[in-house]
Amino acid sequence: MNKKSKKLKWLLYAILIIYGLVTLFPFSWTVSASFKSYKEITGGGLNLIPKQPTVHAFKKLFMIDPNFLRWIFNSFYICTLGTFINVFLNSMAGYSLARLDFKGKNVIYYGVLISIMVPGQVLLIPNYLIVKSLGLLNSYNAIILPAAVNATYIIMMRQFYINFPKDIEEAANIDGLGRLGTFLRVSMPLAKPAIATQAVFIYLGFWNEFLKPKLYLSDPSKYTLTVGIQSMMSRYSGITQWDEVMAASLISLLPILIIYIFLNKYFMQGIRMDGEK
Amino acid sequence: MKNKRKKHEAIQGIAFLSPAIIVIGIFIMSSIIFALYISFHKVNLFTGYYEFIGLDNYKRIFTDTKTRIAFINILSFVVVVVPIQTIIALIMAAVLNTNIRGKIGFRTIYFLPTLTSSAALTMIFMFLFSLDGPVNKLAVNMNLLSESINFLNNPKFALKVIMSMNIWSTVPFYMTIYLAGLQEVPKSIYEASSVDGANGFQKFIHVTVPQLKPITTFVLLMGIIGTFQMFDQAYIFSGGSGGPENSTLTVALLIYRNAFGQNNTMGFATAMSIMLSIVVFIVSFIAQKLNKSDSLY
Repeated sequence: MNKKSKKLKWLLYAILIIYGLVTLFPFSWTVSASFKSYKEITGGGLNLIPKQPTVHAFKKLFMIDPNFLRWIFNSFYICTLGTFINVFLNSMAGYSLARLDFKGKNVIYYGVLISIMVPGQVLLIPNYLIVKSLGLLNSYNAIILPAAVNATYIIMMRQFYINFPKDIEEAANIDGLGRLGTFLRVSMPLAKPAIATQAVFIYLGFWNEFLKPKLYLSDPSKYTLTVGIQSMMSRYSGITQWDEVMAASLISLLPILIIYIFLNKYFMQGIRMDGEK
Repeated sequence: MKNKRKKHEAIQGIAFLSPAIIVIGIFIMSSIIFALYISFHKVNLFTGYYEFIGLDNYKRIFTDTKTRIAFINILSFVVVVVPIQTIIALIMAAVLNTNIRGKIGFRTIYFLPTLTSSAALTMIFMFLFSLDGPVNKLAVNMNLLSESINFLNNPKFALKVIMSMNIWSTVPFYMTIYLAGLQEVPKSIYEASSVDGANGFQKFIHVTVPQLKPITTFVLLMGIIGTFQMFDQAYIFSGGSGGPENSTLTVALLIYRNAFGQNNTMGFATAMSIMLSIVVFIVSFIAQKLNKSDSLY
């Protein structure tokens, strides 16, 4: 029995390690290629460690490329602003649906629920025409505004406030704080875990978004990092500079990786919440 | 007095909700109605002229060659990708749920692909599979291939590269959902089956799999909905063309091309998007029914 369970343990480890290698293989080549020269990538052998490590690709991106820094800034700007607006509006809406009583609340609640189920493709064309008629084409608002709230997280915040005791808010109310004051100073800070969870996923969503920036932003200096990287493909007469493209991909991964390392807990909570619906 | 307070609360409630109502009202609710309207029209994007053409856009879906190719591509994509990603996710979750050391470390590494943007991801895979890329070199060095294959430009391989990329990047997400579900499986069932003399593999088949069935339904549905709408990877991989030889043309990509191309086919594209939603809904419904009535276990 003991021998058998030991064998099983080795098998489990083998599976874990093999899958780990499968996961890491593309990333290790990304890192490797971004420190190689273009010549070494296309000519050289299978060495993962560059023969003559060089930061040439990074230098070119940051110093010569006219737009690369701009793309990083654009991505940060859209993500940060978009996440702030989302967290506030989702929380306010969720709070209202959970705590406040008024006519037509149920209709709105079901409207929010239904809006989760609508596939993006159906909305793509009407949204484009609306954004165009609002005169928002080629602006950051074209990406932020239609995504200013997220129905999934409205429902999540509603759930949070339904399960949350009322006493503290009532105490604040007796102490003379109005509704908005109570919400901003008491209810929001108490919802920190739920807010962190939605913020992480909303940020990730904005950062990785490709279709909308591709559709709405036509001026290369307005591109986000995702669209910018895509535009680097074959831009020199059909030849892709893999060293630069891989370096840019690596840079696009870093901020999310840093957030993930520090806020790992909230990523897992967010998935669990989705998974148990 | 009480009435006044109630009225006050109603005003506050609406005020708190109004930004959300405005955004959802404009960009989702009225957009659905707008989409239905557009789908019955021929739209000229430049003049903004809408000509009513009844069901013509919908009829065209059944006769258009490219649409047929796109639907066949995406169906084969769903049929291959969804079962494979579900099975791998389930197995990896079960392995990670054993009391083995270093679980947290492995889980952290496994999650990396889910964090990566589809743009960066597709670029990385295109590099890996490029003519001078590591996959070709490795295969040639190990004598698996006699010479490098141009995976990216060969219609036989292009969609398969995207399939493997998709499986690789979505497995960690579903694995985490399964891991959460495994926490809910009562330990007593495993203990009882141990008493009956079941080994690890038997426990997996007879306890884990049936216990996780509701989660499997959820994972299948999410997988079907996600893969049917696949756009980013197909777009980036082919530079928006859907090539080589239409082999990576997905329905979502075709909708995009028809909507924002030069051919006044915005109405047709909208009809196709509504059709895609109906197909996704039907397939999801069937998958849910099949998984529930599955009497194997």
